[in-house]
Amino acid sequence: MSGASMGLWGLPIALAGGALRVSAPYLFVSLGECLTEKSGRINLGQEGTLIMGAMSGYGVSYLSGSAWLGVLAAGAIGMVLGALHAWLCSLPRVNDVAVGIALMLLGIGLAFFLGKPLIQPTAPRLSALELGAWSANASLRTALQINTLLLAGIAAAFAMRSFFRRTRWGLVIRVVGEDANAARAMGYDITRVRFLATAVGGFFAGVGGSFLSLYYPGSWNEGLSSGQGLMAVALVIFARWDPVRCLWASLLFGGASAVGPALQSVGITVGYNLFATAPYVLTLAIMIATSSARRTLAGQPAELTVAR
Amino acid sequence: MTGAPASAPTPAGSAPDPTGDVEMPARGSAWLEALVIPCGALAVSFVVFGAFVALAGASVPGVYYQMYRGAFGTWFSFQNTLLRSAPLMLTALCTALPAQLGLVVIGGEGALVLGALAAVVTAHALVSGNPWVVLVGMAASASAAGGALVGLAGALRVLRGVNETISTLLLNYIAIGVFKHLVEGPMRDPASLNKPSTRPIGDANALGNIPGMEVHWGLVYGAVACLLAYVLMRRTSFGFAARMIGGNVRAALLSGLAVKRIVVITCVLAGACAGLAGMAEVAAVHGTANASLIAGYGYTGVLVAFLARQNPLAVVPVAILLGGIGASGGLLQREEHLPDAAVNVLQGIVFVVILASETVRGRLWPRLPRGLQPAPAAEGSREAA
Repeated sequence: MSGASMGLWGLPIALAGGALRVSAPYLFVSLGECLTEKSGRINLGQEGTLIMGAMSGYGVSYLSGSAWLGVLAAGAIGMVLGALHAWLCSLPRVNDVAVGIALMLLGIGLAFFLGKPLIQPTAPRLSALELGAWSANASLRTALQINTLLLAGIAAAFAMRSFFRRTRWGLVIRVVGEDANAARAMGYDITRVRFLATAVGGFFAGVGGSFLSLYYPGSWNEGLSSGQGLMAVALVIFARWDPVRCLWASLLFGGASAVGPALQSVGITVGYNLFATAPYVLTLAIMIATSSARRTLAGQPAELTVAR
Repeated sequence: MTGAPASAPTPAGSAPDPTGDVEMPARGSAWLEALVIPCGALAVSFVVFGAFVALAGASVPGVYYQMYRGAFGTWFSFQNTLLRSAPLMLTALCTALPAQLGLVVIGGEGALVLGALAAVVTAHALVSGNPWVVLVGMAASASAAGGALVGLAGALRVLRGVNETISTLLLNYIAIGVFKHLVEGPMRDPASLNKPSTRPIGDANALGNIPGMEVHWGLVYGAVACLLAYVLMRRTSFGFAARMIGGNVRAALLSGLAVKRIVVITCVLAGACAGLAGMAEVAAVHGTANASLIAGYGYTGVLVAFLARQNPLAVVPVAILLGGIGASGGLLQREEHLPDAAVNVLQGIVFVVILASETVRGRLWPRLPRGLQPAPAAEGSREAA
């Protein structure tokens, strides 16, 4: 990497560029999870959805030759997994936290099984916008390569905030998440609202997975995701169930995930495995700092089982 | 909860029919249900997995034959199954014990890895000691390390309200990161070239085999731990208090139980079990700490616990069953050319179906209670009204 030649200045640039690249999966999963949790249900299976999305996106991109078709397929697979989660949880006496863990393990197993033939071939990848073309500095140009999908995710964050605040459907989802009985009394079908919210939430997570395999790191292998889907669930808590704050939190988490690779790019390789745990430690620290044993959190949907 | 066992064998008892049109004595039904529902869920899972491998182009009878052969077919393969079930019993307890309190703990993988690390450190520190002292020291330090990890999650839950499921999942990643850092860095044996490992603990300190078998004593650790956990949860006042918390926290608080202390103690015990599994893997199987320890025993243990319906005694047979599925993975790869993840797919399907099967509990035999009570009359009056 040319970062080494820039000395310590390379570090913040590599960190910022890494944060932009790494944050997209966090952003998409957390937006999807935000939507699901607003309706009063938690989906811990997003990690499995993310990996299935990465695998199917890569596979479809390879077979069809179109990366964007891959993104769409990843979203569709995510939607199916979300719908499966929602259906299972709508059965009486089925625990949504446990179902999430089961679907996480199933999704990872399926993706590894079906993705075996995809480890070798190279699929068409998503292209990036060269926002740094004006600069002569190579590492700055790398850092400013922005993917269209990330821009779409940023737009989706703002769109989702106004969806919750200004539209009838957004209000319905919030009512279902805050007080299921009130929503039922108003004549809304709780099960259907949660089904749709979880399915669309799965769509977002699937798209986030396609970013992993089609843009950064940009290939399919079994070590592609290491808990990003899971951390995104914790990230939603940190973001207080607000889509735009999910965006800022994703950038923060992306930065934490980029610490190890950024240090590596300036030549520091000692303790790589320790720096790789930075996002998990950050997540845990944030959860400890923001949770409370006595009161519910500001902005928390009251129907969320994890809160009880 | 195990109710009274069925007093008399019934036609339905010998051939349970999950369709529901079976006459059942009401007394035995709870006990039988606890057996029939998981078995039915397993059968459904095997059908779904069969359809899946058929779609993947493999022969379904071939796959199941190889699974049987790899798991239980010969004395050799059965011993392999038992070898794999030993850590599963202990990691399953890591989920099953806190489940009595209503907590969903997934920290088995991290506790196992930390336990293995602590065991290796202890063995190196006590290098010239009596092998018995070394083994006891390894077991104690591994349990302490695992117990500290899951106990931390329990403490965070009661003190700060941090969700224990998410925190234990995160702690797994952190523990594995620390493990890799130490094994590939400061604790690495320079002689381990291709696969970074710590220095071996030495043959003298290895955990031996059960006489007459090629299976190490870790299996006995697991079975005894399951028995002790059962006694603790079902036959002591501590277990009664724990299950009361699981049933209704407010009632437990109102009756003056030390809820926080019981939660933390149970989580420490749970983590200690998984830590002990790490010690047994190091002392009996690998002889050193390396990445082979991160084999997913912690996550399969979660499945074992749910399949056993969180009953510590039921953990033993279920762990043997899932150990068998895991043991057959290699044969499936060689003989049926399925990817090694086939086992993970089957486990995932079993997990999903077993959770979904929870919904038919209490509704398997709906005819009889109504037939015995004057419910038909009530139905008739509802129709008239």
